[in-house]
Amino acid sequence: MTKSINRFYTYYFLLPAGIIYFVFFLFPTIMSFFFSMTWWTLTDWKFIGLENFITFFTEPSLNIGFKNTIIYAVVTSGLKVIFGFLLGVFLCSRLKTKSFIRSMVFFPTLLSTIAVGIAFTVMMHPTQGLINKTLQVLGMVGPDWLGDTRIALLSVALVDVWKGVGIATVIFIAGIMSIPEEYYEALMMDGGNAFHKFWYIILPLSRPAMNSVIILSFIGGLRSFDLIWAMTKGGPGFSTDLIASIIYKQYQAGFYGLSTAGNVILFIVVSALALPLYVYLNRKEVDV
Amino acid sequence: MRKKTKIFSSLLCSTVLMMGILTGCSDSGKDTSNNAAKEQKTLTLLIDNQTTLDGIKAVADAFEKKYDIKIEFETRPGGAEGDNVVKTRLATGDMTDLVYYNSGALVQALNPEQNFVDLTNEPFMKNVMDSFKKTVTVNGKVYGIPAGPVIVGGWLYNKKVYKELGLSIPKTWSELMKNNEKIKAAGKTPVIGTYKDDWTTQLIVLADNYNVLAKTPTFAEDYTANKAKFSDTPEALRSFKKLEEVYKKGYLNKDFLATNYDAGLKMLAEGKGVHYPMLTFALTAIAKNYPDKINDIGVFPQPSDSPDINGFTVWMPAAIYINKNSDHVEEAKKFVEFYISPEGMNAYLSKVKPEGPLAIKGAKLPDDVYPAVKEMLPYFESGKTAPALEFLSPVKGPSLPQITTEVGSGIKSAKEGAKLYDRDVEKQAKQLGLPGW
Amino acid sequence: MPMKKEMSQLAEETKRAVWNGKKVKQLIIEVIAVLLTIVVFGIPFYFVIINAVKNTQESSLLNMSWPSSFHLLENVRTVLTANDGMVVRAFINSTLLTVFSIIILVLVSSMAGFVLQRKINKLSSFFNFLVITGLIIPPAVVPTIWVLNSLGLFKTLPGIVLVEVALGFPFAALLYKSFMATIPREIDEAALIDGCGSFRLFFHIIFPLLKPVTSTIVILSAVGIYNDFVNPLYFYPGAENVTLQLTLYNFMSMYKTDWNLLFTNILLISLPPLILFIFFSKKIIAGMTAGSIK
Repeated sequence: MTKSINRFYTYYFLLPAGIIYFVFFLFPTIMSFFFSMTWWTLTDWKFIGLENFITFFTEPSLNIGFKNTIIYAVVTSGLKVIFGFLLGVFLCSRLKTKSFIRSMVFFPTLLSTIAVGIAFTVMMHPTQGLINKTLQVLGMVGPDWLGDTRIALLSVALVDVWKGVGIATVIFIAGIMSIPEEYYEALMMDGGNAFHKFWYIILPLSRPAMNSVIILSFIGGLRSFDLIWAMTKGGPGFSTDLIASIIYKQYQAGFYGLSTAGNVILFIVVSALALPLYVYLNRKEVDV
Repeated sequence: MRKKTKIFSSLLCSTVLMMGILTGCSDSGKDTSNNAAKEQKTLTLLIDNQTTLDGIKAVADAFEKKYDIKIEFETRPGGAEGDNVVKTRLATGDMTDLVYYNSGALVQALNPEQNFVDLTNEPFMKNVMDSFKKTVTVNGKVYGIPAGPVIVGGWLYNKKVYKELGLSIPKTWSELMKNNEKIKAAGKTPVIGTYKDDWTTQLIVLADNYNVLAKTPTFAEDYTANKAKFSDTPEALRSFKKLEEVYKKGYLNKDFLATNYDAGLKMLAEGKGVHYPMLTFALTAIAKNYPDKINDIGVFPQPSDSPDINGFTVWMPAAIYINKNSDHVEEAKKFVEFYISPEGMNAYLSKVKPEGPLAIKGAKLPDDVYPAVKEMLPYFESGKTAPALEFLSPVKGPSLPQITTEVGSGIKSAKEGAKLYDRDVEKQAKQLGLPGW
Repeated sequence: MPMKKEMSQLAEETKRAVWNGKKVKQLIIEVIAVLLTIVVFGIPFYFVIINAVKNTQESSLLNMSWPSSFHLLENVRTVLTANDGMVVRAFINSTLLTVFSIIILVLVSSMAGFVLQRKINKLSSFFNFLVITGLIIPPAVVPTIWVLNSLGLFKTLPGIVLVEVALGFPFAALLYKSFMATIPREIDEAALIDGCGSFRLFFHIIFPLLKPVTSTIVILSAVGIYNDFVNPLYFYPGAENVTLQLTLYNFMSMYKTDWNLLFTNILLISLPPLILFIFFSKKIIAGMTAGSIK
């Protein structure tokens, strides 16, 4: 029976998706390894070995993207985990206003990144922006959020967290809600307090939710492009360039081979960091 | 009441501008067929969205009146993004009949022999200034007509403030710095920085080319042939050092990193900022937005270190090219001929005050040109001009705006910036497949 | 005795006081939480909305003060008619792009998810690996343009739709696959015995059962593709092809001085997600959660 039914699940069903996926994703991905080693004009190419990669790693205007991408991914995913978790725990308590707060926190995730980026760019203007004008009223001098090269990347990362923390929050809420009531009851019997509840039950048992949030936001952070492009275009200078924005700039300049090399580097960075993380977190999950 | 009219007129201006843009956005293929049904011919023209359209529109209107051929404008972004639009549209055969695009080195990258109509033997080309023709010539063939006046890159300054503070036009860099010091002491911004639009950061470096060439006349050729570099040619490196110096001495406005081009023009017009290193095409924008202030604006060349070397770096106007694969090449030729005829130029000048001399032989400027343009003319008459490097060499790195932002805001030193730019240029030269790289 | 009574009264009172104290504390916490939410999340919305209703001059001050007069309709009209109705065209383009992509995506991913979950052999794990790869690895930009260009699909609606489908496929397929696991195999066997072919089995029996996950995918893809900026930027350039996110991006430089129009545009673009959220907020939140955990 199983055998005959297995034949029944025909691979023809995979064909439409398979063709689209292969032609527009897998094939370009495979080809990118080749084209990253060429001098390329789309119609003409010349093999130049690893020269594009050497350029990428030796030129400060290009390899800064490498560092920035990792900082950006770590900062955004870290903050999303922390804030998302705290908000999640908070919103699982008996608050009357929790659905209002949850809606407010969640809504930005549905907005367009470009819209959010533009609005915050305006608010972050050093002298005319809402944020610094408010700080001024409070007697403080706000920094040049997007102009100061030391903090510009972090400013954009904060906006990213503002926009994305809602997803993390609802994932944590779902995780915390799925913890069986018996655990809390058992803890109460043993005389545990709210802190114990948080530390011994909520924290360890929302582990699967936390793993999802870490993986999702970390990969998202590594691949991020549109927010930085809407807010700083990688500037001032190259100080907020991410690998993804460098890929775009090289593409714009017509350096197709170099742009593709950047793409390959991004594959490698993402796979080298995200895959082990994924495997590691999933293994832990099984242990629990 | 006055406020209201102002809002209304600005709205009107923007709507008119947008109408121009929007016609461009409609599906050109469809429109042509529609209009053909109405028996009025239409030519399409692709132009970047940074250029003021008034003058070109005026020529187009006059042309339409005379020949009953309508010109439809399509717009594209400026800068590298726009270059890419032009390149891909040419490559995919989806180009307008007429193309408004840079003259000089950039056009070489468009493969004009394949894409544009050769105008070398057209009789109307006799009227075009030879120095302009050179910038649209590829392999001995001329492809474009000048679409506007020749402009210069230099230091726009507020004459009113100069008078108030008793300053005189600096002939050397150190005199300029002394002026800056006095302006700063008077509580005004000596040099306007508008780094939010990062293309504006390149000006000090680019406008120094007259000085570079005055001392090293072969720099452009050597640079193209990979024999000279910015970082090891002292005069060229000096250009970056000048940019660095302006920042280091604290002459820029406080929020220069967040200020954009429009805000910079406002500062200059209102006299809050006194110098603005810029191309003189900005005069038109100033005249439009601050009509009562345009007479306060002057321009002087970026000074060198010696009073004997003092001249303008000039930018040749963009050109109008004819798409070789257009179905309307004959009509398009009629248009370019009309454009540079006295009739066309009069139509142009009726709407636009030129930002510099015209690139057409025998064309005279009206008497009421901007004072800044009058200040430019003596330099042209005495031949104290040199083209910007991008008109002499196809090698221009795409990252210059970011690099000059870094040098001009103290992130990198002039030497580091120049070195970085040399490497940036190398990528470009290799992509173009130039010999010697 | 009276002592005792007093004692119990006292205890009662303390209890009430503690209880009241708790209530007060809870109230304070709630007020602080709401205030914080309003400051962090509400003010940016308010800022955009309030400046969208102002005229150019008032909005140029970029503050939060109440407008002296309202210009929302006027601003909306200006934005919609700007550039020969570019925004309207962008709305149409974005809608077409979103709708077509979702239809194809749902169709091909559900079929794939069905087979990927049901059929188990050596090939399956290889296919699964390929699908997971697509979830993690970013697309190769220029080679994709090269492929599109060679197929004559670059800068066309079918081209960008297919790219969106290809990039959305791994996520949708995995969701379908994990949902398939909850549909018992006995249903297939019964259908087989009744003489159904695979097509009939899938489209008549299985696909309707997948409705909950289909609606999740529709909503998530709608939000994702509607808001997508990067893929249209690369694969769907050209003046006629404007999508909403690209027009907004271009408006940023065009409306440098007309902040009210820029904010009106932001407001208009945010309307569809807002409407979606008002009507389906539970569904969206549930879907996003389910989608990301699996």
